[in-house]
Formats: sequence, structure tokens, C-alpha cells
Amino acid sequence: MRSWLAQHGFAFRDALGRFARHLVPSVFNIVVIGVAVSLPLGLYVTVKNLGAVTGQLDAEPQLTLFMVPEASAEEAEAVGARLAQHPAVGKQRFVPKTEALDGLKRNAGMTEIIDNLGRNPLPDAWIVSGRGGDPATLESLRQEAVRWPKVDHAQLDTAWARKLDTAVRVGRAVTLLIAGLLAVALAAVTFNTIRLQILTRREEIEVSKLIGATDGFIRRPFLYFGLLQGIAGGLAACGLVWAALAALQAQVGPALLALAPEGGLLGLALPEAAAVLGVASALGWLGAWLSVTQHLWRIG
Amino acid sequence: MIALSGVSKRYPGAHEALRDITLRIERGELILLTGPSGAGKSTLLKLIAAIERPTAGTVTVSGQNVARLSKRAIPYLRRNFGLVFQDHKLLYDRSVFENVVLPLRVAGFDGREAASRVRAALDKVGLLGRERSNPISLSGGEQQRVCIARAVVHRPSIVLADEPTANLDAEYAREIVALFGAFHQVGVTLMVATHDVGTFAPLTSRRIELRGGALVP
Repeated sequence: MRSWLAQHGFAFRDALGRFARHLVPSVFNIVVIGVAVSLPLGLYVTVKNLGAVTGQLDAEPQLTLFMVPEASAEEAEAVGARLAQHPAVGKQRFVPKTEALDGLKRNAGMTEIIDNLGRNPLPDAWIVSGRGGDPATLESLRQEAVRWPKVDHAQLDTAWARKLDTAVRVGRAVTLLIAGLLAVALAAVTFNTIRLQILTRREEIEVSKLIGATDGFIRRPFLYFGLLQGIAGGLAACGLVWAALAALQAQVGPALLALAPEGGLLGLALPEAAAVLGVASALGWLGAWLSVTQHLWRIG
Repeated sequence: MIALSGVSKRYPGAHEALRDITLRIERGELILLTGPSGAGKSTLLKLIAAIERPTAGTVTVSGQNVARLSKRAIPYLRRNFGLVFQDHKLLYDRSVFENVVLPLRVAGFDGREAASRVRAALDKVGLLGRERSNPISLSGGEQQRVCIARAVVHRPSIVLADEPTANLDAEYAREIVALFGAFHQVGVTLMVATHDVGTFAPLTSRRIELRGGALVP
């Protein structure tokens, strides 16, 4: 146990020492990894904010049927009866043109304009919520209802929210795809770094093998190096994303808050940052393992 | 301790380096392996240390058939040996101390114990004051002594030396020979390959002569 700890301690110090001795190339490697990881990470944060916005929107879709302006109360009543019998309809509410006008008048500055109009330009309307949450049934109801007599047009209120929702879904998929690609890049960068290190330490590896070093002993410092490089790259990525968010907030300021979810922009939560570090270090380790194992296999 | 039985070694596309070698080496023996260059001395040492595998025959070290050892077991076999190379095989990017401590690191010794063993080994070869030096700043004889310190620091039971005095002038060579004499006296099994029998004349040893890959009776 003690010798196991001693060997790991030695390998860890050896890896740290190599970081320190080759500071400039190490820093550049970390920057490369950091930038690579920050791309999907930034996308992830963007999508997360968009997702939060759509989540806060009134999730229940509503269909509004506007009557033609000259429709009589009886004709509006007929549409109401038809809605009441329709299987897709959950709740329905009648908004007569007078009520709509009163609502409009409550907005500051509108009273004068409306009084000048002389007549009420607003139509009667039915506001309908669907039975069950599926927006698709309301959509088919919309297509059906526009053909009813005296119905002018029908509007699905959540259409844009659904489009946003779809965009968020696409965004998530794209994030995953880019993350996958850059994960391969991260492992490849580490593979190459370690390969170069092995080339400069070929003699040491050869001598170590001659005096009884196991493959594990030879591999260990390189694995630690890959791990450390991955963690440092992950930290750099988190830092970049954090800085980008701070800069965005400072630049666009209050205007951005109108678009942002309630309570401001969402950053990276601690568990998310931890996951990034975990994945980055695992990929660094993997790249190093592949590189050393390939080399040992070739010289063995 | 070491036994070879009907051992042959042929390198691909080359002549037979060793032919039908059978010999036994007892614990604590000092063997001088002699013969002209190309006689197969280095190959014989490499077969014993499992650096090469024989094409025929068996090599047994402390009861283990070296040729049959799995790849994973070879490092542990090697730790029984101290290897001294003609070209030292020192690492010039680190100090004398770091070179000598390597076998202890490999075996998992930690700081203080390792440091005191390294100093004891360097003391034995007369280089105690040079532990911080870079090997490149040492003379050829001193470098060879660092190599010997590295070979004995983990107290191996067998020391294999391949032409340890080949590149040294007479005075340095005599120092090395004296060192091997001292190891022999404390019971280490030694096998020294050399084409220069005269230098090792002061040592009481058994001579094994190779010529063209075969034992000279």
C-alpha cells in the first residue's frame, strides 16, 4: 500500500514537473482544449437559457377564433355551441367585442385613439383551450374552425412558443453533436502531446524497462499528465464561458434581460462545471492511455 | 542459480548468434565470459535477463524458465538483476542521484529509504559527493561507476555486466574491477562479459569462453 502510494505520488509529481518544465507549450495545449470545450459548452448554456424561456411561457396552448366583425350574437352563440360539442375542446370562453374594447382601453394612451375611431373595430372572439396538453389536436381544430360560418380566422397563440421549443430541441441535438466531435478532438490533442513526450523520453522508457519497470509504471506519469491537462482545459473552458456571459451581460445589459429567463441569465451550475471537468479529464486520460499503450505495444 | 540447457539464438535473417549452449552458474560465483567480439557474449547476457528470447532450449533463473515467462512477469524477473552496460545507458536530463534512484522507484521505495540506499550505493562506487551532478559532467570512468551504482542500489542477487571496461583507460578499468571484486566478496553472483581478460586477471573467477556462438570446452 505504501509503495503503491509512493509510486502514484512519484508519477503525479513527475507529471506536474513536466508541466512546469514545458510551461509555454503546456499552456497553449490547455488553451486549445479550453477553446474546443468552450464551444459546445457555450452552446449548451445558450440552449439552456432558451429552454428556460420557453418553459416559463404559458405552456397551455390556446386557440382564439375571431368572428367576422358583422357577426350577430346568435351567430357567435352557434359557434360556441359547436365548440362545446367538439371532442378537442377543454374549456371555452366568450370574449364579446365590447369586453375586448374595454380591455384595450385600459392600456394607457389607447382611450383617446379608440374614442376617435367612432366605432368598435374589434370582433367577438372565442378563446379555447384544448383537452389534454397536445397542441396538435388544437392545430387540427384550428384548421377545421376557419371553415365554419362567420369565423374570420383562428389563431393558435402558442405557435411561436412551439417553434422556439423546436429550436431549443434542435439546439440540444446540435450541442450534443459538436460536443461529441470535440471530445474526439480533445482525446486526439492529448494523444499527440503524449506521443511527442514519449519521443523525447524514449531512452528513459527503454532504461526503465531494462531495470524492471512494469508497463503500468511507465504509463502512469503520462496518464497523470493527460488527466491534468484535461482538467486544466476544462477549467479554461468554464472560465471562457463564464467570461463570455459576463461580457454579454455588461454589453447588452437590461435589453438582454427582457429575453433572458426570469431571474437573469443562467450560467454554469457547479454540478455542470464538475461534469465538464470530469469528462475533460477522462478524455485526457483516455488520449494518454491510447498513446502510451500504442507505443509500448510497438516497442514491446 | 542460472542454468542454460541446449540454448540457441538465431536473429531473423542473420547467422546463429548462439549454438547449443549448456551451462550452470551457482549462487555467489564470479563468471568471466570471454571471447572475441561477435562471439555471442552480449546475446548470452540478454537471454539471461529476458531481453531476448532463445530460439531453442531453456534458460532458468532461480528455478524460473525465463523463455516461458509471460510479458507481465518479465519486469519482476528483471528486478533480480543489476545490469551494467558498456554504454552506461545513463539519462543525461537528470542528476546522478535521479539516475541511481530509478530502480528503487520502479520497485516502489519511497523517499527517505530510497535516498539512504542511493547514498550507500554512491558511497560504494566513490561518488558520494557527486549526487547532484549531471552525468554528462563526469568522466567516462565515473559514468560507468554511476551505472554500477544504479545496478546494485536495489541489492540484486545477480549482476550482469556487458563489457564494463571497454571504453575506459587502464586506471579507471582497475577501479571497476576492484568494485566487482568487492561485490563478489559480499556474495553477489556476477557475470561479466569482456574481451579483455587481462584487466580482470586480479579476480578469482571461473572463465567461460565463447567462440562463434559456441562454448569452447
